Amino acid sequence: MLGAEARLAWLLVSPALFVIALIAFYPVFRAFLISLQRVQLQFIKFGQPFVGLGNYAQVLTDDRFWNALGNTGLFTFVTVLFEFLLGLLLAVLMNIPLKGRGVLRASVLIPWALTTVVSAIMWQFMYNDQYGIVNALLLRFHLIAEPIIWLGKPSLALISAMIADIWKTTPFMALLLLAGLQVIPADIYEAARIDGTTPLQAFFRITLPLLKPAILVALLFRALDAFRVFDLIFVLTGGGPGNSTETLSLLTYIKLFREFDFGVGSALAVITFICVVLISYVFIKVLGARAGEV
Amino acid sequence: MKLSARGLLYLLIGFVLILMLFPFYWILVTSLKTSGEIFSFPPTLFPKGLNWANYLSVFTRQPFHIYLKNSFIVASLTTLFCLLLGSLAAYALARLRFKGKGLILSIVLAVSMFPPIAIVSPLFLMLKHFHLLNTYPALIFPYTTFAMPLTIWILTSFFKQLPAELEEAARVDGCSPMVTFSKILLPLAAPGVFTCAILVFISSWNEFLFALTFTTSNLMRTVPVGITMYPGEYEMPWGTIFAAAALVTIPLIALVLLFQRRIVSGLTAGAVKG
Repeated sequence: MLGAEARLAWLLVSPALFVIALIAFYPVFRAFLISLQRVQLQFIKFGQPFVGLGNYAQVLTDDRFWNALGNTGLFTFVTVLFEFLLGLLLAVLMNIPLKGRGVLRASVLIPWALTTVVSAIMWQFMYNDQYGIVNALLLRFHLIAEPIIWLGKPSLALISAMIADIWKTTPFMALLLLAGLQVIPADIYEAARIDGTTPLQAFFRITLPLLKPAILVALLFRALDAFRVFDLIFVLTGGGPGNSTETLSLLTYIKLFREFDFGVGSALAVITFICVVLISYVFIKVLGARAGEV
Repeated sequence: MKLSARGLLYLLIGFVLILMLFPFYWILVTSLKTSGEIFSFPPTLFPKGLNWANYLSVFTRQPFHIYLKNSFIVASLTTLFCLLLGSLAAYALARLRFKGKGLILSIVLAVSMFPPIAIVSPLFLMLKHFHLLNTYPALIFPYTTFAMPLTIWILTSFFKQLPAELEEAARVDGCSPMVTFSKILLPLAAPGVFTCAILVFISSWNEFLFALTFTTSNLMRTVPVGITMYPGEYEMPWGTIFAAAALVTIPLIALVLLFQRRIVSGLTAGAVKG
């Protein structure tokens, strides 16, 4: 029997939980069911026969899937690594009491707030091999001898997309880390300084260990975000050239809405979901990210 | 020596500032160039003249005002629903004693980890079944769901910060929990509610995947999808595209600059306690 307070509490949380259950959890379950059927949207009136794990077999034997998984994994690893290193540097910089710190803190919010699609269009324009500013600057400072075809070469296109992502999301990482830096009490540094610790030693022995919880949470959320990258790739390269920048989300979208194959598309969706669960598991159970307290 | 270290830091700050702000400058400048100037190499850092024609063609080539209206309606209603449902849940989580809090928080947390692509196919079929494709609810429901974790965290952490004595006093005076909530806590948590509103609004304003898949009629498109509709088959009307980009970006930048502190406190709410 629930007390009056508990009854009220459940009453208050139930609308939010209902929406989450209906629009997030139930669809995952449905996606799993669809992934066990042959569902071709144009021929849906001819039925949706049960095919067991057939769609999964089709996905797992398709090189295009492994290519997309590889691209997504590489994209996630490289962008999160650089966002972390640059973000940490930026956070430390923003934490130094200097004039103009306020301007810096305000301006790093701009890439964060920018619509991803707009940012992707902007980078596409800046990367253009005929009239883009990126080549113009590199040529101007004699860093390259001839224009680079950033988005037209399979070897460069994914790197170009990574740079665009790092530009946009490093500030967010920096703000999360800055918040972590600000709660480290100043007396610790003071005590360390008196004990003769150099600033560099202090950074590795005090700052980093104390910042670890904030770092893990920031890395977890960035990794999950990078893993589902869609908007940026969709607009910047459309997955090309060839399939060199195709990610899991993009491949899933193509199967669903270009080939209208909801069975295979849903199998891909479920696989993406499982990957995300695995990433979260590694961060929370293995590395000990305490995301529950966010 | 000390001076040069400081100089170096300022140099670094200057470099970061340029890096962060230049692309926005480039959007504005390109939107004011003629197409002849846009396609010239090397690009001009300052436009030769102010060519406002692009801002007109934004509206004549595509119904951009309708995209703006759609985005505005969807983002506003999403914000409203999120605050409504989220503040009730957050109040219970922050202030009431009951079992299962941990479970609820983990469920909410799990949603923030969901890849949207994983639920696009079933949601599409569900919306199709109920004839909701190409409607505002088709976007408002998923947006509300995905913004719910953020809303609940921020509001819970704000409610927790409010002094408990106020509620005690209200209880002694005979106020019911709901009256205490609506008359005392909610007004006090207004800054938190406002912070949350900005963040939810921005995230719904920027959303792309659901908007792309659940709206196919040009008149139901939101800005992020609409802006990808400008490229022609043979030409890339960069001037027009960047004028559109400037029009969606300027309000966002205004929001960011006006409410900078709130946004930062909202984004990092609780993250530091972890």
